[in-house]
Amino acid sequence: MPILEVEHLCKTFERTEVLKDISFSLEQGQVVSIIGSSGSGKTTLLRCLNFLERPDSGVIRVNGEVLLDAGNPSPEQEAQIRRKRLHFGLVFQSFNLFPQYTALENVMLAKELLAKEQPDYKARKNEIHEEIRVLAEELLRQMGLENRMGNYPHQLSGGQCQRVAIARALALKPDILCFDEPTSALDPELTGEVLRVIKELADQQTTMIIVTHEMAFARDVAHHVIFMDDGYILEQGTPEQVFGNTKEERTRQFLSRFNQGQ
Amino acid sequence: MEVIMEQMPIVIRSLNIGFLQTLKLFFVTLAGALPLGLVIAFGSMSRFRPVSWLTRIVVWIVRGTPLMIQLLIIYYFPGLVLGNPIWGSGESGRFVAASVAFVFNYACYFSEIYRGGIQSVPVGQEEAGLVLGMTRSQIFFKVTLLQMIKRIVPPMSNEIITLVKDTSLARIIALQEIIWAGQAFLKGSQGISGEIWPLFFTALYYLVFSGVLTVLLGKLEQKLNYFR
Repeated sequence: MPILEVEHLCKTFERTEVLKDISFSLEQGQVVSIIGSSGSGKTTLLRCLNFLERPDSGVIRVNGEVLLDAGNPSPEQEAQIRRKRLHFGLVFQSFNLFPQYTALENVMLAKELLAKEQPDYKARKNEIHEEIRVLAEELLRQMGLENRMGNYPHQLSGGQCQRVAIARALALKPDILCFDEPTSALDPELTGEVLRVIKELADQQTTMIIVTHEMAFARDVAHHVIFMDDGYILEQGTPEQVFGNTKEERTRQFLSRFNQGQ
Repeated sequence: MEVIMEQMPIVIRSLNIGFLQTLKLFFVTLAGALPLGLVIAFGSMSRFRPVSWLTRIVVWIVRGTPLMIQLLIIYYFPGLVLGNPIWGSGESGRFVAASVAFVFNYACYFSEIYRGGIQSVPVGQEEAGLVLGMTRSQIFFKVTLLQMIKRIVPPMSNEIITLVKDTSLARIIALQEIIWAGQAFLKGSQGISGEIWPLFFTALYYLVFSGVLTVLLGKLEQKLNYFR
């Protein structure tokens, strides 16, 4: 059974249809790359998965459980949505680290707030706090930031910030980690260090959805590639299919500049 | 000059008592208006239209009319028009009436500064909190609030220093603050009359106090410089 199934997702802003009948699925431990020009709906799709936007219709299932059935009008409570969100993690293009907290605190904050909801929190407070700190330090080490844990975001480079943001998302152990153009705000040098980290996560079988303009990376890291255009999934398949045996003219056009560079 | 030196101890004692009342009004106003301003800010940002409209109209009226008129209306209206002098006639009644007028007036000014501060925190901060499973109140108190405070310290300092001097408006309902105390020597008090220098001298109190506040608020601004 796929870990994620998205069926017939549609989303309209004002009068603009941004997502049109989006369906795809994702297996545990696999990576899907979503490519396409700006404004094609890639970011909106990720935002729908993370409950930052509510689709107008469509179904989202995680591990077979229906997380969202947009056709079903029953109003959801904020608390329920909050629980559902935790199946997903999201790394933003602009990092969105909390500036008043150190790298370590950024990674720990949400986890600590969630821990307060555990029934045994009061009794094991120090122990839980310690566990979260150890986990956060481990994640930052994994991101190559062992010397940067006490630094504030403004003291870090863009690449370091983005790696902190990745650690922050991983701390909550999401089923599916989403990246929204994680390197678009970075120069080529810093892009490399972030892509390396994401590649390592892929090697460890982290289930991920990566929206990116880094075509070579999309091809190399993904098991499945989705090309979006004007709100539709125009083409999807293995990287070989989409990049090698491109079916659609529009996809070929989009990839032409990239392929020339190869 | 010699006369002034003789009068000095008496005048200083009177001015000190008046200044104590000034300080009381200042701190009560801050204690009331700082939190009330936040409530009004949330009101004016409410997604429920009637609430935001009503709040904005109230803010418009309070900011659009002189504080002195508001003081007079709040102090005299219940007694003279409604026939129900809720404030009583003594100094404590005047103080309560003045506090109500000041708290409400300053809360409206603060609310607009807060609103600007909250809206200037990038929306990505809230979204980051949401995708991390935080509740809206956790996001406000753990993420947004400190960033907002950092942004509003300079404009708030401005308002707070203005408040120091605005407390003198309470003189209009005969609250016995420092201007009232200084003026008393013009009309005659404790054997001194026809002297205007005590009134001029009160300026020094305001100057020193706003100097102290400037330094303190500057320290706060520096303290929040640890992040950007």
